[in-house]
Amino acid sequence: MTEMPQQGSFTPAEQDTAKPITIAVNAIGGQGGGVLAEWIVHLADNNGYYAQYTSVPGVAQRTGATVYYLEIFPESAVPDDKDAPVLALMPASGDVDVVIASELMEAGRAMIRNFVTPDRTTLIASSHRVYGIIEKSAMGDGIADAGAIREIARKQAQQFIDFDMDALAADAGTVISSVLFGALAGSGALPFPKEAYEQVIRDGKRAVPTNLAGFASGYDGAQQALTGKSEEPIKVQDPDETILRSKATTREGGKIIDRIIAEFPKQAHVYLYEGAKKCADALDIKYAHEYLDKAKEIAALDTSDTKELTAETARYLALWMAYEDTIRVADLKTRASRFKRVREEVRAAPDQLVYTVEFMHPRYVEIAEATPAFIGSAMKKMTWLEKATAPLFSKGRFVKSQKLSGFLLLNTVAAMRPIKRITLRHKEEHARIAKWLARVTETAPRDYDLAVQIAKCQQLIKGYSDTHQRGLANFHRIMEQLDARPDMTADQLMALQVAALADEHGKTLEAAITEMDEREAIAA
Amino acid sequence: MAERSFAKEVEKLKLGEGEEFRGEGILAVTKALLQSGVSYVGGYQGAPISHLLDVFADANPILKDLDVYFEASASEATACAMLAASVNYPLRGAVAWKSVVGTNVASDALSNIASGGCTGGTLVIVGEDYGEGSSIMQERTHAFAMKSQVWLVDPRPDLGEIVDLVEKSFELSEASQTPVMLELRIRACHMYGRFTAKDNVRPKFTQKMAKENPVRDLNRIVLPPANFLHEHEKIEQRWPNAVKYIEDNKLNEWFGPQESPSKDNIGIICQGGMFNTLNRALERLGLSDSFGNTKLPIYCMNVTYPMIESEVIDFCKDKSAVLMVEEGQPEFIEQTLNTVLKRGDVACKVSGKDVFPSAGEYTGDVMRRAVEDFLKQNAPDALEPALITVPSILDAETRNLLAAHVPLRPAGFCTGCPERPIFTAMKLVAREIGEFHVSCDIGCHLFSILPPFNIGNTTMGYGLGAAGGSALNVEAYQRSLAVMGDGGFWHNGLTSGVGNAVFNNNDNVLLIVDNNYSAATGGQDILSSRNDNDDRSTQHGIADAAKGVGVKWIRQLNRTYDVKGMKNLLKEAMTTTAKGPKVIIAQSECMLNRQRREKPLFAKRVKEGKRAVRERFGVDPDTCTGDHSCIRLSGCPSLTIKPNPDPLRQHPIAHVDNSCVGCGLCGEVSHAAVLCPSFYRAEVIFNDTAWDRFAARTRQRVIGWFQDRRDQSIAARSL
Repeated sequence: MTEMPQQGSFTPAEQDTAKPITIAVNAIGGQGGGVLAEWIVHLADNNGYYAQYTSVPGVAQRTGATVYYLEIFPESAVPDDKDAPVLALMPASGDVDVVIASELMEAGRAMIRNFVTPDRTTLIASSHRVYGIIEKSAMGDGIADAGAIREIARKQAQQFIDFDMDALAADAGTVISSVLFGALAGSGALPFPKEAYEQVIRDGKRAVPTNLAGFASGYDGAQQALTGKSEEPIKVQDPDETILRSKATTREGGKIIDRIIAEFPKQAHVYLYEGAKKCADALDIKYAHEYLDKAKEIAALDTSDTKELTAETARYLALWMAYEDTIRVADLKTRASRFKRVREEVRAAPDQLVYTVEFMHPRYVEIAEATPAFIGSAMKKMTWLEKATAPLFSKGRFVKSQKLSGFLLLNTVAAMRPIKRITLRHKEEHARIAKWLARVTETAPRDYDLAVQIAKCQQLIKGYSDTHQRGLANFHRIMEQLDARPDMTADQLMALQVAALADEHGKTLEAAITEMDEREAIAA
Repeated sequence: MAERSFAKEVEKLKLGEGEEFRGEGILAVTKALLQSGVSYVGGYQGAPISHLLDVFADANPILKDLDVYFEASASEATACAMLAASVNYPLRGAVAWKSVVGTNVASDALSNIASGGCTGGTLVIVGEDYGEGSSIMQERTHAFAMKSQVWLVDPRPDLGEIVDLVEKSFELSEASQTPVMLELRIRACHMYGRFTAKDNVRPKFTQKMAKENPVRDLNRIVLPPANFLHEHEKIEQRWPNAVKYIEDNKLNEWFGPQESPSKDNIGIICQGGMFNTLNRALERLGLSDSFGNTKLPIYCMNVTYPMIESEVIDFCKDKSAVLMVEEGQPEFIEQTLNTVLKRGDVACKVSGKDVFPSAGEYTGDVMRRAVEDFLKQNAPDALEPALITVPSILDAETRNLLAAHVPLRPAGFCTGCPERPIFTAMKLVAREIGEFHVSCDIGCHLFSILPPFNIGNTTMGYGLGAAGGSALNVEAYQRSLAVMGDGGFWHNGLTSGVGNAVFNNNDNVLLIVDNNYSAATGGQDILSSRNDNDDRSTQHGIADAAKGVGVKWIRQLNRTYDVKGMKNLLKEAMTTTAKGPKVIIAQSECMLNRQRREKPLFAKRVKEGKRAVRERFGVDPDTCTGDHSCIRLSGCPSLTIKPNPDPLRQHPIAHVDNSCVGCGLCGEVSHAAVLCPSFYRAEVIFNDTAWDRFAARTRQRVIGWFQDRRDQSIAARSL
């Protein structure tokens, strides 16, 4: 194309000459975006299109977000005196015809970069989520709002096709690239027939049947999306009394449900039902009644229309009462339903053998807590015994829960459930529960919102061993603040609760407390 | 062994005259080298040039057939020093590395070859790791070309053009006795396209001929008085010769009319690598089409150093203004252009960094805005508003809303990566002995600085982890720790880090991550690789080398997933009373490559009907309470979260997805950190034996009896 300058060689650029079709694949490193891009290259190559494909491999390949970019151009539109079109190597704002996002948030990222515009872009996105490390590592709920992204995508794309392609890929036993390739075909955004796409997969000669199955489900999904059959999530309705009654499976269970309906406001029914179920499962029916008795004391204080205090207390009281001790864990780990769930999770074939190994790390204190209170508290004081037995508890145990030795061991521990009430752990937890409920009871008449927030503080206590200790310590630290500051508001308490969940070392919580101190000092 | 195999693609290197080549930029460059009659090639891997080395390695049989010698160099300095073979002999040589970091390492040898000059053509192919996707500091290779006076070729991103320029670069090098650098931008390296091939050319002169007929020329050696002579030679002979070759062979290109159609005669000068982005910007302003038929005159500099004064003066002399499209800073070309025009008494205004941002990549958007600004200021009538494509972009509010929701995706360790447990252990040790300073290195292990580990204070360059912590060798209650990868160790860390620590009685800790080969750059073999390699000598242990330079305290752990073992080792090293450097070698194979090898083997085993056990991890949703401590100690992509199935709980629970490779870390962590009993390891048996079935039946009989009773009890107390 080298031309020496020549006077008068200028020909004006025609606006109606062919334009390339531009395609951006927004993917996460390791998802197979490169495979998809190569398929599109071959699709174009085989069907009379010039294809140019670029990517920026490197660190993004290791779990980062990355963009594969393609431009395709009809060979028939290349004039005889030209070898090839001049194609761009990277997508630009408002210059992308097709965006394929292998995950929902990557569609969001493509929109932030203005790759998606209403005048021309077909946006194909898998609606599943691959959570970012920041979302995953939050101590509470760090999940970003997918609904907001989807809503914007509907407005911003000329065509928006989204469905869970990851699930379809799993069903077909293939990778997401083949479903995305199918969705691209089904979108009709490229001038190639379905068969041309399938041929590319066949030519690849790798996992052809499963890739074709994935392709077909992607194709159908896109076609359905285009014909407007969108799947709106079914909203879970609060069960009314008849539905609740119909859930009873036992006579004793029916009595519990009757009590919930008769003694509690309907706003709390869902949590109470779930809570009573959990308590009965953790110990026995009597325990479910004890749960309702405790909840009833709070309900009696609840003068609001929302009945938020009753509902929230019902929720967190159940979680607290069904605390996760050694006995409960052993029980849950050895149930038939759990074995079945594991099989499903690992996608075992119906007659395939599956064994599980549990990672247990019993500690001296947990053994003490699982014994009757008088022995347990004595054991806790016997530091010599703890030291003497330290070697027994210094390392983690591998428990083969589906082989005889492991199962029988766990089964024996689980069998202690009926005598749980006399264990040290039970006494300790109930002492804490009583104190917490007393605080809620005492607060409710003077500051309803604060009482609700106190009830919610239970969610700080979760996990096992060190994690549990840390949560409990945070809980106590916050309760101390509550005692020290009689005029603390619900918002302030919530702020402390959020701070406690901000980091593992309690730094944010301490900073929040210091800030409170400083503010008070200034006010004074 | 490499992460990506080019075994099939390298067959394209055999294409002959007139056949059409379709493939990646990297492969096209290799083909061009063979078409140029190259005698030897070498280089050091690193994105975006890693694949070039992989192609060389996979193409070794083809190279050997053509008498081309390929060496996987120990470092970029080694690679560049290889070019010495072309000083006295008419051998064509090419070497490749990642720039600017590789050029930094190679710069000593580069200065020497540039000073003495070469007889045979020498080509340095640099992968310019600049802009999106880059993992290094943003600097320009251009500066090296200027200071050493080697020519810099920046080809227009078109495979045909790139191939042509590779061939011409050898001729340019020979015409001017000067090495040539071919600058391939990150996207050009991985660009898929087409060109028409030529026959491969067997080198006329071989290394054998050179060895058997040694030639010595004192004037080519950098030592007085020749070193002074070289500087004069560069200016008085090599430079003019280069300019003449470039002019005569029209390495630079002109597009569009000589004069712009606007009443203000303006033009654009661009680096070759910028041409396609520029053309698209012009297209969107209604000033060009898909074939580069631009309405404005463009001078495309495929050679960005040296500047061809006659060509730029000729281009600018009748113009009122030109736009200099030069990515990166400082704007060396723009400065030179101003000087040249001033000296040539050309009154053309030069616009460049006044409309372009000084820093950052010239993306499509940056280009379009700058060109538009240039035209508005200098030739407003060239812009026809009707033809401009205005993108309908997001309003600021929606954009901010999106930005608030879309999570960042910092790079992280792959699923099952053996380096992850090392940092899990480090985090656990810090909980026991307190925080300590960590000097990091270059490699995947540098991901430790990102969430969820957040470990590491500095990184000073490849193999320089230990050196980067060397000043902290003073008495303190806490030691400092340095990390180094096996790649960096052999690249220079053995001397710059380990030897240096021994010599200076360093009392700190060095952790060397050994994952069987150079994993970060794509699995290339190195001295300590565990596997056999027909072409290379491998299996030289890192521990032996460290001992060899005098390290006394040395420990090796051959399964990094042993978090407790790793933790104990680290703690011991950090607290021992032993003096001198303490070296820990943490060894486990890169999981990405291991899976690429083992997954097909496993599938084959299953298909053949042989017994096989697949292990993966899981989390019990009813015991997980949603604290995510496990995630904060791991960050594995397969360890994720999902909404809590318990309607009473709010926080999402941990969840292991089906991509889990069963590395074992989750279990180790729950043991070592005494986390939670929710994790389980599932062993899924394929092609069970008669014994398996018998044992399963027996177990099921006993377990089933107990479970039936339990189910009755559960049913009895259900609501």
